[in-house]
Amino acid sequence: MRRLLQRRENQLAAIIILVVGLITLRAPVFLSMGSIDTIMTDGAILTMMALVQMLAILTRGIDLSVSANMALTGMVVALLSKDHPEMAVTATIVLALGLGLLLGAINGVMIAYVGIPPIVVTLGTMSIYRGLVFQVSGGAWVNAQQMGSAFIAFPTTRLLGLTAIVWIAAVMVAAIYLFLNHVRKGRELYALGGNPTAARYVGINNTHNQMLVYSLIGLVSGLCGYLWVARYAVAYTEIALGFELQTVAACVIGGVSMAGGRGTVLGCVLGSVFLVIIFNALPIINVSPFWQLAISGAVILAAVVLNSRSERSKGKLILKSAQLAAVRGTA
Amino acid sequence: MSKKYGFSSMLFASVVAATALIAGTASADNVRIAMVVKNLGNGFFDAAHDGGQEAAKELGNVDLIYTGPTTPTAEGQIDIINSLIAQNVNAIVVSANDPDALVPITKKAMSRGITVLSFDAGIAPAGRLFQINPSKADLIGRKQIEMASKTLGGTGEIAILSATAQATNQNIWIKEMKKVLATPEFSGLKLVDVVYGDDQSDKSYREAVGLFRKHPDLKAIIAPTTVGITASAKAVTDQNLVGKVFVTGLGLPSEMAGHVHSGAVDTFAIWNPIDLGYTAVYAAYEIATKKATGKAGTTVPVGRMKEITIDDKGEAAMSEPYVFDKSNVDKFAKMF
Repeated sequence: MRRLLQRRENQLAAIIILVVGLITLRAPVFLSMGSIDTIMTDGAILTMMALVQMLAILTRGIDLSVSANMALTGMVVALLSKDHPEMAVTATIVLALGLGLLLGAINGVMIAYVGIPPIVVTLGTMSIYRGLVFQVSGGAWVNAQQMGSAFIAFPTTRLLGLTAIVWIAAVMVAAIYLFLNHVRKGRELYALGGNPTAARYVGINNTHNQMLVYSLIGLVSGLCGYLWVARYAVAYTEIALGFELQTVAACVIGGVSMAGGRGTVLGCVLGSVFLVIIFNALPIINVSPFWQLAISGAVILAAVVLNSRSERSKGKLILKSAQLAAVRGTA
Repeated sequence: MSKKYGFSSMLFASVVAATALIAGTASADNVRIAMVVKNLGNGFFDAAHDGGQEAAKELGNVDLIYTGPTTPTAEGQIDIINSLIAQNVNAIVVSANDPDALVPITKKAMSRGITVLSFDAGIAPAGRLFQINPSKADLIGRKQIEMASKTLGGTGEIAILSATAQATNQNIWIKEMKKVLATPEFSGLKLVDVVYGDDQSDKSYREAVGLFRKHPDLKAIIAPTTVGITASAKAVTDQNLVGKVFVTGLGLPSEMAGHVHSGAVDTFAIWNPIDLGYTAVYAAYEIATKKATGKAGTTVPVGRMKEITIDDKGEAAMSEPYVFDKSNVDKFAKMF
């Protein structure tokens, strides 16, 4: 039992159950089927984006341009839908993936090949991409009645009771889990973040991996940009403003180490779930809006404190963390 | 001003003067009124232009010059006003890109006997006779409660979904709404909650869903902000509450048309730029022809919009916000 509780993911899961219990005591409606469905749909985008943000953080990087990428891709596909309302959803998705990938690859080239620190590059591209949103849209909105009906309907189309957006997130969770635990490239990311020098000595190519990571982030950001715009049925210049910090927060709460090399898919998903539950519960349990921001911030800080305490005892030996991860993988 | 600048503005002035000459050949003693907008190609101001033309037609002896810079800058407006002074127009009505930057040039215009009024976005008091606001807080607050009351048939629980908790405009309107709700006329409406979506669609959406959960008997959401009203309407549609919960508030027709047709929104309101352009041109005519003084405390007749009263700050409110519904939203959605 004690060993079970020592694992971070289990602690977090226990905290989530406790929080949900407390919220439900105060507002029983929170645990209704409709409410759970809404929360899952709401959390899908954050979960996907937190997962790819984790890839950057694992390699000691960060991507601050994710929300600007989402906004630009979302605006571009919305404008396309305005001009061609009959455009197939698959075409929209392919376009969103492609544009997102391109924007992510630009980050990748600057970071991996030019060698500028990720935080600097993505801080720059964050402004560039956000500025381009103004440029392509001229500051005007794309509204519900201007987008194609299939374009808007797709994210909330239901398959076996769950919305399409939840299915996409589920597939992505599985894919990234497999990638990080059973694909060599995925394992290399942990090694790179754990100890870049040692990783180079054993022949792991940092350049390729960074290029891969930021391109992947771009790919998923593009997809999420479309999903966001379609879900809220409106595209405007401030789409997802500040959302990049939520993705980082979800990672931190989920136990992903900001120093790199440590973090699990399960932890990251739980971190996102926790944040989404807090976001959805605060409006229901009558917390003053003036306190809401402060509470969100306090929760994140508490998670960081927990995190740094657990890190201090362990050290950051790459072989040890790789060994630990291997044990986790087989357990 | 640099030499280069001077040349370009001279060139500009001569072009404007030439076009004005062609336009102005109709009659020498017509009242020439220039409408200077923030920028050309903006649907809102194109609609204001339509209103201005309506007033010009109604008044008969008015030549309306519609102009503005291609990008919304104060510099562009200064050049244009300079050339309008050179043409010796009778009146200028301006929606200013900067309240202070335009003061020296409009002062110059006034010293030459040109009537200067501002509308929509005002010029600082020193630079204009008076400013015409599209509406004012108490009218905006009252209109929103009236719309909710009409849709609900006078009874039911309502909630307000605003922008940020410290948004000045929204807070003033909410205060006015609460005042109106306290009157016996709206005793059937019960305000159960005020929440804040921070003008972000994801947060506004969550707050709207939170309202449905917290208040199962909720009948209407009033959102006095454009992001809030669209996000609430989408939440109503997604939660299958169309017909049970209605969204109303302030929004632009182009942004709201889809939600009006989905049934999530019955009515919403915003200032009507056509009426605003009409009022501005009409008032400018009255002042330029000395039929009204425009001094604080006086009124200026403005045709079909009745009259506007200048308050002690030199500002006037045109009317209550204009209401849109299924019958007229598509027509206006094309304009703004």
